[in-house]
Amino acid sequence: MVFETRGLTKTYRMGEVEIHALRGVDLDLYAAELVVMLGASGSGKSTLLNIMGGLDTATGGRVRYRDQDLTRASDHALTEFRRDHVGFVFQFYNLIASLTARENVAIVTDISRHPMAPEEALGLVGLEDRLDHFPSQLSGGEQQRVAIARAIAKQPAVLLCDEPTGALDSKTGIRVLEALEHINREMQTTVAIITHNEVIGEMADRVVRLHDGRVVDIHTNAQRRAPAELHW
Amino acid sequence: MRALNRKLFRDLFALKGQAAAIAAVIASGVMTLIISVSTLDALSLTQQRFYQDYHFADVFADLKRAPDSLTERLREIPGVNQVETRVQAPVRMEVPGFADPVRGLLLSIPDGRQPVLNQLHLREGRLPDSGRSDQVAISDAFAEAHALRAGDGLRVIINGRMTTLRVSGVVLSPEFIYQIAPTDLLPDYERYGILWMNRRALAHAYGMDGAFNNVVVSLQAGATSAAVIDHLDRLLARYGGIGAYGREDQPSHRFLHEELRQLRAQAVILPTIFLLVSAFLLNVVMGRIIRSQREQVAVLKAFGYRNRDIAAHYGMLTGLIVLAGCALGVGLGVWAGTHLAAIYTEYFRFPELRFRLQAWVLVLAVAVAAGAAMLGTLRSVWSSVSLPPAEAMRPEPPARFRRSLLERVVPDRWLDQGTRIVLRNLGRHPAKAGLSVLGIAMSVGLLVMGAYQIGAVNHMLDTQYRLVLRMDVHLTFSDPTPARVAAELRHQPGVLGVETYRSVPVRLLAGHREYRTAIQGLDERPRLRQLLDAGRQPQSLPPEGLLLTGYLARDLGLEVGDSVQVEVLEGHRRTVRLPLVGVVDEPLGVSAYMRRDALNRMMREGPVVSGAWLLVDRSLEPALFERLWDLPGVAGIGMIADAERNIREYMGDTILMFALVFVLLAGSIAFAVVYNNARIAFAERARELATLQVLGYSRAEVSAILVGEIMALTVVALPVGWAIGTGFAWALNQAFSMDMFRIPLVLTPGAYGFATAAVLAASAVAAVLVVRRLHRLDKVSVLKAVE
Repeated sequence: MVFETRGLTKTYRMGEVEIHALRGVDLDLYAAELVVMLGASGSGKSTLLNIMGGLDTATGGRVRYRDQDLTRASDHALTEFRRDHVGFVFQFYNLIASLTARENVAIVTDISRHPMAPEEALGLVGLEDRLDHFPSQLSGGEQQRVAIARAIAKQPAVLLCDEPTGALDSKTGIRVLEALEHINREMQTTVAIITHNEVIGEMADRVVRLHDGRVVDIHTNAQRRAPAELHW
Repeated sequence: MRALNRKLFRDLFALKGQAAAIAAVIASGVMTLIISVSTLDALSLTQQRFYQDYHFADVFADLKRAPDSLTERLREIPGVNQVETRVQAPVRMEVPGFADPVRGLLLSIPDGRQPVLNQLHLREGRLPDSGRSDQVAISDAFAEAHALRAGDGLRVIINGRMTTLRVSGVVLSPEFIYQIAPTDLLPDYERYGILWMNRRALAHAYGMDGAFNNVVVSLQAGATSAAVIDHLDRLLARYGGIGAYGREDQPSHRFLHEELRQLRAQAVILPTIFLLVSAFLLNVVMGRIIRSQREQVAVLKAFGYRNRDIAAHYGMLTGLIVLAGCALGVGLGVWAGTHLAAIYTEYFRFPELRFRLQAWVLVLAVAVAAGAAMLGTLRSVWSSVSLPPAEAMRPEPPARFRRSLLERVVPDRWLDQGTRIVLRNLGRHPAKAGLSVLGIAMSVGLLVMGAYQIGAVNHMLDTQYRLVLRMDVHLTFSDPTPARVAAELRHQPGVLGVETYRSVPVRLLAGHREYRTAIQGLDERPRLRQLLDAGRQPQSLPPEGLLLTGYLARDLGLEVGDSVQVEVLEGHRRTVRLPLVGVVDEPLGVSAYMRRDALNRMMREGPVVSGAWLLVDRSLEPALFERLWDLPGVAGIGMIADAERNIREYMGDTILMFALVFVLLAGSIAFAVVYNNARIAFAERARELATLQVLGYSRAEVSAILVGEIMALTVVALPVGWAIGTGFAWALNQAFSMDMFRIPLVLTPGAYGFATAAVLAASAVAAVLVVRRLHRLDKVSVLKAVE
């Protein structure tokens, strides 16, 4: 087991509004599996992902990564955890505009213990000929693939992806999903993908549905479908 | 190179305009710090060394005439270390190829060797040979002014007899670092020189064989000058002593001391102002840069960058700006410091005064600049790293807006939507708007202060030379002369008016405070030398009682009606009490005044005078001077126009030069503040402004919103800046009030107008630059970009 959450709750303030993002989530993630978390916007899926990734802390309940308790971990411990074990992919890529593709990957390999070369990571997502392009010179799909290369370059145990195809058209989105699937299969990385797109669930080992801050259904696919077979 | 470092350099390049503006302000601070501290350091160190190496005396005394046999008794005064008795003679000189009258002071040195105290530094040639009565060493400033070299001839009138002397050498003395004639405020090297001659030869020529009329002594370690002065005064009284004095009253030392005091004030005030402003700018700019990179910080943290890595990253960004500022400031400081040292060597004659940048000054400058920068950046860096990454990645909550105060007062229909946006933007972050206003106001204040200095110096000199000193020529007599000399002077060629005065050296005592000066005895209603009242109107002298320069009265803690103890330092040396009957408003020098007949009575003497002021027909001046030199008893002839030109040059070289540099720097600060504000406002609103353009607003209308905000801040800042500037001017006026001159606190509308115009111009330039940016803005891409 990679992640284990029990009774996880989270409330936060946004401006003058109090938001109950998680209302008690029990969930386990296993090594080398590909999980898709489905839910409408506001269902709490991003919050869950952020807490598992050590980007945020829970208001209540408990979360463990392998034999490490993240629930009461210090800011410093969470930083070390992210540094050593987790790769993130965000909906809006969050590349640093002033750095090239290669440098955006290097920003992570610079601080990792066993990184692959930035060129190799970019090769894995099919961008070996776009190494020295700035984000502004890349298409949306290419930018997202740079973000994936950045996430996998440190060879993390877990890859957490928040709406990785949300800002892309379906054809580009499928290329991005192929890259994620490839990583999961070749490197045995646990991959969690958040989306509101039902179709993507078909490529997963398991599909977790969230609604209003709770897990409402967990479904195991008999067979994973290849991203190329998906349509939306 | 690490990827994060690349980001650093690319960010810095993208910020080059703003970074350069901040670096320039830091450079200004570092430059003023280096100039003031280095000059201060060089001057005090050189002074100390010169005093020590050349045995500068501690106590000085002039007298009429005492036998050499008295020397032994002087040596026995407790606390006295060494004694040097001298003969000194005021002389007149004729320098080949120079038409104007030249005055001088001829001092004795032991035959053919250095004196024990106040030794001479040889620049060229040698001291007069032993036994020679036709050789003199001359001061280097005088030599330079007339291009005199060792071997040149010089005609000197000693005691009414003309002799031709040969220059044996050119020298410097710790006694005359600042070399001025007794009645002057500023050096005039062409018309006043110091000469040294063998004791026996001078004594013979001046009728002082076996006697001396001046003595200087040094003190033993731990001895106080006051006790020695008292003792000396008692011993010398019967030999016509006019009061011994310590270094603090020695003219050269006093001026140098005042200068050092001023520099010390400058070394603190100016860099503080500039560095505070740069700390403030860094705070604003770094705060907003970091806020705009909120998401990047979140991503870096998500991937495991530690808080300290991120803090170091932004710390380095600031550090590079500071480093650039320091490098520029050090370069400019060395350049300006070298020039300033050259100016100082003109006024203060040292064996060597060289500008040198000491390591500790450099470290101090960089440390102070870095400290200011840290002060400015720490808070922003801290707030950026302390944000949890998930929160940082969430879009900022919609800003809270409300109707501004002005909107509630002004009817709705008077405000268009653009004005409303401007008002609400400013009202949304009152603290931020307040800081911007403060920043602009600071630069307005600095400009007011610079303009004040320039205006006030001119006002001061105009007052002195148009209202106070209205004579053309100032004559001094070697001894008190019967007042009827006025009638004789009136008949000289070209003389249009004559007024005489009596001058008596005194020590004024009030409580525990005392001051050495001279009482000037004047006519009831002096016209050539006016005494101004507080309303700058000439006042007449009452039959009895004393008037003091206002600055001196305040210094002594006296008010009109109080009585002053006056210790006469000439003749009978009585101590009398006189009532203070009035104060005189004059910007240059300090003095005491009373009616001449009253002063003559106090001195128990007949109607005698010490000098005369003449109003002359300039075209007949050469003929007049020829006649005046031949009059017996004329010790010196001073021309007011020359003095005025000198002092204007001095002011131009020092204070005005500084003020001008100051105005330039203040202008650059104004621009830096306004431009940074404008750029940041633009970055924050780009999306909003693009939206408005997409909705059909014209460029001009959208520009007006942006420019409106800049101008609103500037307009609010102006009155605040005027107030700050008035405060700065007041502080400067306090710091720079001294015996030599007092720059009046006169703030003309012109000073405020100048500051206002300069800041409005800086705002306008900043506005133009930002509006050009707005016009280049790609509306579609801005709207597509994710917030």
